Amino acid sequence: MRLLTAFVSGLIFGLGLIISGMTNPAKVIGFLDIFGHWDPSLGLVMGGAILVGVFAFGYAKSRKTSLLGNTMQLPTSHSIDKKLLGGSLLFGIGWGLAGYCPGPAIASLLSDYTQPLIFTAAMLGGMWVSSKLS
Amino acid sequence: MIAWANFTPIPAFVGGLLIGVAAAMLILLNGRIAGVSGILGRLLQSWGKESAWSVLFILGLVLAPWFYSLAAPLPEAQIEAGHARLIIAGLLVGIGTRLASGCTSGHGVCGLSRLSLRSLAATITFMLAGIVTVPVVRHLLA
Repeated sequence: MRLLTAFVSGLIFGLGLIISGMTNPAKVIGFLDIFGHWDPSLGLVMGGAILVGVFAFGYAKSRKTSLLGNTMQLPTSHSIDKKLLGGSLLFGIGWGLAGYCPGPAIASLLSDYTQPLIFTAAMLGGMWVSSKLS
Repeated sequence: MIAWANFTPIPAFVGGLLIGVAAAMLILLNGRIAGVSGILGRLLQSWGKESAWSVLFILGLVLAPWFYSLAAPLPEAQIEAGHARLIIAGLLVGIGTRLASGCTSGHGVCGLSRLSLRSLAATITFMLAGIVTVPVVRHLLA
């Protein structure tokens, strides 16, 4: 059952990314381009997701197990350290360079474009390198 | 200056709500965070008892455009980056998100929904880095 729910969650996540326009790098770069021609759409995507998320995670915090009986694995780290900020800095530069973050890149693999394949291959390479370093 | 012609508030908000529903499903039903970089990164690291659901979540994400195309033609994407820029960007995103233990989904959506200060710090940092990168790249390549 929890395999099916994970699949459906990934599917809805991907459909949300496509419908919201986030699989189009120009929309993402348009959001980051606040000094040029700013497209605020991504802000509304985050807003919509967080609006639902606040209720879901608020309820999740009050539970020890999930509705399907799994352990509730909420992140426990609170530390704001160099690793968090340095990593986010590198991520943000890469995000601004191409207009792809991990979710939209994966949800674009089966589109008519080869660019998401190249980006994703490099991203997986970067993740693999990162796991070997730490 | 707001580019009103490019602004798509309704699809953006509706798509955002769906992303929220997906994250809500995964935390409430499975007790897990819908963070794409974390799920991918852990899959690359080792195979364990968390791997099966992770593969299925990613499979859902991969198949989303196929399901979408059953109902309507996929929206067009405008991709400015050439191969070299895509590779550099991919490496930075891969390394950065693993160091930071999260990306736009894990920190941006799930973390902010949890009201986590750590995720807020991450989100502000990657947004500012992206906001600075866009004009810098434009000037360098102009």
